[in-house]
Amino acid sequence: MRTADVIVIGGGIHGCSTALECRRRGLSVILLEKDHVARHASGVNAGGVRRLNRHPDEIPLAMASAALWQSIKDLVGDNCGYRQTGQIRVAETEAGLEAIAARRALVEGLGYSHEQWIDRETLFGLVPAIARHCLGALYTADDGYADPSRTTRAFARRAAALGAEIISPCRAGIPVRTGDGWQVPTDRGPVSGAAVVNCAGAWGGAIAAGLGEPVPIEPVAPMMLVTARVPPFIAPVVASFDRMISFKQSPNGTVVIGGGWRGRAEPEANRALVEFGDLHRLIGNVLHLFPVMREARITRSWAGIEGMMPDGIPVISPSATAPGVVHAFGFSAHGFQLGPIGGRIVADLVETGKTALPIAPFSIERFQRASWREAS
Amino acid sequence: MTAGQDEPIFDLAIVGAGPAGMAAAALAGEIGLSTVVLDEQPSPGGQIYRNVEHAGGVPLPGASREKGAALAAAFRATALDYRPGTGVWHIETHPGEPCRLWLLRDARVGQVRARRVLLATGATERPVPVPGWTLPGVLTVGALQILLKSAGMVPAGPVVLVGNGPLLYLTAVQLAAADTRVAAVLETGAKADLRAALRHLPGFVASGTWRAGLALLREFRALGLPVVRDVSEVTIEGGDRASGVRYRTADGQSGTVPAEVVALHEGVIPASSLARAIGCDLVWDAGQATFRPEIDTWGQSSVAAVQIVGDSAGIAGAEAAPLAGRIAVLEAARAVGRLTEAERDRRAAPFGRALSSLLRGRPFIDRLYPPRLARSPLADPVVVCRCEEVTAGAVRAALASGASGPNQIKAFLRCGMGPCQGRFCAPTVTRLIAEARGVPEAEVGSFRLRPPVKPIPLAAFAAAMEEDAP
Repeated sequence: MRTADVIVIGGGIHGCSTALECRRRGLSVILLEKDHVARHASGVNAGGVRRLNRHPDEIPLAMASAALWQSIKDLVGDNCGYRQTGQIRVAETEAGLEAIAARRALVEGLGYSHEQWIDRETLFGLVPAIARHCLGALYTADDGYADPSRTTRAFARRAAALGAEIISPCRAGIPVRTGDGWQVPTDRGPVSGAAVVNCAGAWGGAIAAGLGEPVPIEPVAPMMLVTARVPPFIAPVVASFDRMISFKQSPNGTVVIGGGWRGRAEPEANRALVEFGDLHRLIGNVLHLFPVMREARITRSWAGIEGMMPDGIPVISPSATAPGVVHAFGFSAHGFQLGPIGGRIVADLVETGKTALPIAPFSIERFQRASWREAS
Repeated sequence: MTAGQDEPIFDLAIVGAGPAGMAAAALAGEIGLSTVVLDEQPSPGGQIYRNVEHAGGVPLPGASREKGAALAAAFRATALDYRPGTGVWHIETHPGEPCRLWLLRDARVGQVRARRVLLATGATERPVPVPGWTLPGVLTVGALQILLKSAGMVPAGPVVLVGNGPLLYLTAVQLAAADTRVAAVLETGAKADLRAALRHLPGFVASGTWRAGLALLREFRALGLPVVRDVSEVTIEGGDRASGVRYRTADGQSGTVPAEVVALHEGVIPASSLARAIGCDLVWDAGQATFRPEIDTWGQSSVAAVQIVGDSAGIAGAEAAPLAGRIAVLEAARAVGRLTEAERDRRAAPFGRALSSLLRGRPFIDRLYPPRLARSPLADPVVVCRCEEVTAGAVRAALASGASGPNQIKAFLRCGMGPCQGRFCAPTVTRLIAEARGVPEAEVGSFRLRPPVKPIPLAAFAAAMEEDAP
């Protein structure tokens, strides 16, 4: 039977980042991936490298991850298509302006200054193509985006180069306690290790449940659209406080559009389907914010399966029921930017059971607490 | 938007009004199925009977004008919701719900719903990736024909035709009639192909499809064009655009022919984009060297509500397509409760017999005109994906660095992610993977397709929304 110090389940960005970080610390690693690396959410998300408008509990992690993104090439041997073009979230209505005011009070109250207010003229200077009804925006100048598939593969490649064994396609079952370690059954025979890391994304809930700690995770399928190439006209990534949209132009000229509109997630069938009824509404949002897009042509749409938690933040936590198991899943459609720091946090937890970053809000036990049950 | 929760749900939506679609629609109407026919062309006929209702319409090889006109007349005489000029760019199918077909008509997005869908989307030319095939001045013979027919755009300079099959000969005849100089016809059929085909000659003769083919061949030979036979290698030369074709034959002759226009053709393959985007299972058809949708004798695909008929389910020609269309409609009628199983079987029996007889002729054609250049080894610099300019070498390098399947090649290289959705590169990518891994193409599979199967302007959605506004 194949054995390693750490068995990582899931070849998304968090699994691959964990494998890399564990190898950097001298732990032997086997990573099990049921399809191929970056098959689902990590390969097909919008690629936002964003701190702007993060959940307050995620800000410390996002700040630490942003520092790692700065030297992503040193970390994984590829620049991952990372570009710091800025991220902007506009207000289109008075309600949007009020949301910005509340957000600024919150973030500044926590002692952060990465989200800046910009007025209309500054916004139109940064994004000349945006509709003139916009009233202002929040802006994080050194946020940006990267190529998600390429990034995740770069983490996997560097982890493998450092000696991690990546087995794919290989479907893991529920880990079984053996002595003071773990055995993970797979469709290619069992593997064993001292520690198990659950980075199985939308499928992570099934593993947690199998270990006796079920969580209310929901598989969702955020939908994306991409257009044929158009001449460069916008640098920053744009979102809105008033409508569901995310909008960016790739270096190759294609425009990638998302914003959290959900298709049909079929995790058992291992697929996600787009539904043009809602994409139709997304396209309405695009045209409202960027009238210049009328003549652009949509060439493709897709959806990826993400694990959504009811409170919108991930589980990053030692298991409460299974000693030696660490969970990092349910990133709720915004885990990509956290990939670099996620691997370090998990490696800390594997090595010592704790980490310097404030991860208490991401505990898997939060769903068992009375306060949670009352709230839900 | 013509979203239509209040719109009717048709029993049957037929996509395509070529021979399969026309015949299917006429029978569906006769049985009393509420039927909508969606077709990109302005009038019925499909590619093969384009313009068949008008005196000038000349059918493609393997098709008689009378038969096409009769199908079109029967189609017109049937009470149907016929929507010409309507592209179908995606179909949503969920078990237990009506299918939702997404349309583009008059630059507007729309939808219809139907309990069953019959795909009769015909064939598309097989891509022939030879060195230089992406140069301006190089096209498929199908594209050349459309140029000839629409606006009568006749190439001024010399034309070189490369490939094999009836459509190549027909194009030569048409070019000659338009006073265009055909500098050479480089035939890629091999002597061995004729020997392989002869084994299937009895079936071909019995099928009766030989008469038209022979007449065309005679007409082609009578032109006395310079023909080079058994061509095994072709390179299209040129800087900004094609200027000539260098060739080599199997027995070592070589030469260069100057050309302003080069038309490539090595047969057709099923136009299966919609079927793929819906998620219909594909099978590898070794005889035709292509993937095609997996169907049963009723045209039933792996997706419950979807049947596929005619060339889009596997190349069988214009005579076979109407029979397959009718057989499928009988099953659709059974599925929606309009016919009993016994009635279906009774009515389908004669169509089934006629179809089997016709299909006996197919292996002869497949063996006589197999793809040769399209199946030849590819040099690293040859472009595989035209949209994203990905070379064979880049695909091989991605395979060497860990990509193992078509969808990973897509993720690594953007190969197949352009506006054509892999229509030009999918067969080549599959072949390169099969070669590199030493496994059959059947095992490699093909790209997953993502809707829309054709690019849709955002303005087309806007138009639908404005129409919808109160």
